[in-house]
Amino acid sequence: MHVSLTVNGQRAVTDVEPRTLLVHLLREELGLTGTHVGCDTSYCGACTVILDGKTVKSCTMLAVQAQGAEVTTIEGLAANGDLHPVQEGFWERHGLQCGFCTPGMIMSAVGLLSENGSPSEGEIRHGLEGNLCRCTGYHNIVRAVEYAAAKMRGEEPPAPEWEEGSA
Amino acid sequence: MGGGVGVSTTSVLGGVVKRREDPALIRGTGLYVDDLQLPGMLHVAFVRSPYAHARVVSVDASDAEAMDGVRAVYTAGDVAHLGDLVAQVPVGKVRPLLAGDKVNHLGEAVAMVVADTRYGARDAADAVDVEYDPLDPVIDLKEAASDAALVHDDMESNVLLAWEGGPWGDEEGIAATQQTIADAKAQDDTVSVSIEAVNQRLLPMPMEPRSVVADWNVGYGRFTVHSSTQIAHALAGGIAQTFGLSLTDVRCIAPEVGGGFGCKLNVYNDEILVCFASQQLGRPVKFTETRRDAAGSTIHGRGWVATATITGTRDGQILGYELDGIADMGAYSQNFTVAIPFLGLFVGAGQYEFPTHWKVACVHTHTMTTDAYRGAGRPEAAYYLERAIDAFAREIGVDPADVRRKNFIPAEKFPGAATHIGFPMDTGDYETNLDALLETAGYEDLKAERDRMRAEGRLVGLGLATYVEVCGFGPSALVDLGFSWASYKIPSGFNGSGLVRVQADGTASVIIGTGPSGQGHQTTWAQIVSNQLGIPVENIRVSHGDTAESPLGIGTFGSRSAAVDGSATYEAANKVRSKAADLAAHLLEASADDIVFADGGAHVAGSPDQQVSWSDIATLAYQPHRLPEGMEGGLEAHAVFSPGNATWPFGSHLALVEVDGDTGDVKLLRYIAMDDCGNVINPMIVDGQIHGGLAQGIGQAMFEDGDYEADGNLLKWSFVEYPLPTSADLPSFELHRTVTPTDINPLGVKGIGEAGTIGSAQTVVNAVVDALSPLGVTHVDMPLRPKRVWAAIQAAKTNGSVS
Ligand code: FES
Ligand code: FES
Repeated sequence: MHVSLTVNGQRAVTDVEPRTLLVHLLREELGLTGTHVGCDTSYCGACTVILDGKTVKSCTMLAVQAQGAEVTTIEGLAANGDLHPVQEGFWERHGLQCGFCTPGMIMSAVGLLSENGSPSEGEIRHGLEGNLCRCTGYHNIVRAVEYAAAKMRGEEPPAPEWEEGSA
Repeated sequence: MGGGVGVSTTSVLGGVVKRREDPALIRGTGLYVDDLQLPGMLHVAFVRSPYAHARVVSVDASDAEAMDGVRAVYTAGDVAHLGDLVAQVPVGKVRPLLAGDKVNHLGEAVAMVVADTRYGARDAADAVDVEYDPLDPVIDLKEAASDAALVHDDMESNVLLAWEGGPWGDEEGIAATQQTIADAKAQDDTVSVSIEAVNQRLLPMPMEPRSVVADWNVGYGRFTVHSSTQIAHALAGGIAQTFGLSLTDVRCIAPEVGGGFGCKLNVYNDEILVCFASQQLGRPVKFTETRRDAAGSTIHGRGWVATATITGTRDGQILGYELDGIADMGAYSQNFTVAIPFLGLFVGAGQYEFPTHWKVACVHTHTMTTDAYRGAGRPEAAYYLERAIDAFAREIGVDPADVRRKNFIPAEKFPGAATHIGFPMDTGDYETNLDALLETAGYEDLKAERDRMRAEGRLVGLGLATYVEVCGFGPSALVDLGFSWASYKIPSGFNGSGLVRVQADGTASVIIGTGPSGQGHQTTWAQIVSNQLGIPVENIRVSHGDTAESPLGIGTFGSRSAAVDGSATYEAANKVRSKAADLAAHLLEASADDIVFADGGAHVAGSPDQQVSWSDIATLAYQPHRLPEGMEGGLEAHAVFSPGNATWPFGSHLALVEVDGDTGDVKLLRYIAMDDCGNVINPMIVDGQIHGGLAQGIGQAMFEDGDYEADGNLLKWSFVEYPLPTSADLPSFELHRTVTPTDINPLGVKGIGEAGTIGSAQTVVNAVVDALSPLGVTHVDMPLRPKRVWAAIQAAKTNGSVS
């Protein structure tokens, strides 16, 4: 089936089997492998992208359902190459280890902060409940989102928990 | 976070450097195996057994083979010539590549389908018609240990062996220990307290499912295999061994690995089988697990039942500890399988000094193989010990911290202290660590707070536990105990390796024998080399995981990479430094002894204004005609580090919980950890490892349960039935440390990958039992899901033991 959509600002037109999932269209047809697949049951959030302004798990949608949509994946988040504050927060506050959950986690955090610019720790934890991470225990993911939220409000981010210094 | 109270936080490197690996990962440009698409690549799906135990009557693949885009369907007979799967410790029944006339666990692979597309392979696998004749499975561990029915009818017993000590391997010594404990029990003034507990089976579940792509090049006679593995060199060796090739005929590449936690520390049958298919079909072949595949066919961890007994006096002196347990190996052995409980034996007596008789039997059942899952044997050992000590403390009415302190191996015994099995330990100072935890946490205030809330009728509990870990494997001499990688064509012991090369422009490439699955090697190793050479971290690139370029190393597991491969890299950097000093001396017309490395270059001591840069030094190295006679060109060095022992980190943890008496819901209010992993290279990365480790230990305590049903079914196919902790389930953690460097390696580092997991499950369970203790509850099995906790509360209430 024919499907055309806009991904990271570029028009994409392709033919897919009707049962092709959006995540497979992104990864295998368009080569955007930053969006990951971590489960078969729409539970882990590794595949999260932003579709028409809302975060969606791209494994829960058929590619053809995205007909005409505007999709942003992790590859499209750094505008003009500059890191999005959420990406920066993950780097600054060690919000990732293996990095596999990270693209989905970052997209969910972007969605969360677009709805609530000053989330409490509890709101961050509840807001990211749909994204699983097996590496970080979420501790530094919360710190990363707090960092990004402050940055996006134009404030100084909270100090890191470790003493700053260089080796 | 900072150090504890009144303890040193100095370390050899010790600075936070933001991770070098992150820019790619946060932009989505990191390459994981499933991202790889090779021209002409085919896809694999497996036909898996829906029974725990059955005779395979027939396999009819004709419908599947007739489907469009299906290239081949393979069954056991097609791969019989390749033998069984490679295993390091091939005790018991080793896994066949594909099941033959019998299947022995749910999810066992019976046939492999290769097709043009991922979806097509799945469709064709569903079309393969297998006729089974179901048989009764052996699932229950005690039943398995009794040999009432055999798992494999060509074996004489389900029991493969028992790990027993201490001391280990000394029957007379063991008998003497047992006698000492029996005598203590017979004394009038002693108390014995036992708990029987399940340490349930867990599913490792890294977020990245395992994935492998094999590409046989018939012209070169060589495999190139990309795999999501923790052990690239062993995989290359295992493939070479299986196909009768040399190590140079197999190139394995582990690119980004999306978490491993031990489950990617096996060579899997699918990794061998995609190689076979690629060779047969002359095309690259990919297999990527579904989450369902991962649940049923990637190794599991834990799976023990045991009774732990403490005998001691009423003032808290422990006179004997006994553990009598059974550990589930599953239906087949894979890489380490029976060796996992052995790691538990090492630390069976934890931080303590008392007669210990520890015995765990390893049995086959009709379930998936167990092997290394984060902690691997050590969390189980620590769980039983620390649960039993708490039960004893409660029985005699002495504060659990005091009981522990009274029985520690005293700091004065180091160096020279040994475990209960007689294995020497490196360094330890347990009392300082525990005191630092209690002081930092405000233990006395927390107890008062708990008691105040209790008086209001709330179920609040404090849980304490200590642990000692054995990791940083080493020693090299494990080879002599039979633990080598010889069955993978690598007759190497538990060594490490590193190669440091200064490039012509003065930047450095570091190539290491091990590779990360999230631990940040690219950063930590750059820090080690930067520290020795003065080349800035951003000018150092660390690569790993490609067996064609990296020196032989056995991988990241057992919290060993920094201690062993990090030390090798440190030594390689020192060799480079020594040669660079000669080169700089030549440039500066000085003596090498007077050369100082600083500010990204070198100068003669006292003359910092006459500096040569690393690029000046390297340029000379690569223009050998300018060198003095006898000096070789080039500027690189390789080192192998052969550790004389494992390392022995330790720590103590404290949890505060509240239980909802109406629903059984457990809330983890605070979690405070005081870990000691020796010197710290990058505190940010070390803390991150502890965070993740804690989440997995707390996951076992509160959420995760991978146990099979009595009929051999595994109803844990997704994250719905097998809930991992989410961000909403966990608190922020409060981390602190003491620093007791090891003398086993030049960096003084011990390892931190597993400590969080080893220390935490019992800490949480002790807290919950403490919360319920006013009701008379003395034990609840993990995971502490609301239903189970609620049932324990109800049972205690009906027993009328409400105080
Ligand atoms: S892959 Fe989409 S939720 Fe897991
Ligand atoms: S960083 Fe590995 S799963 Fe989140």
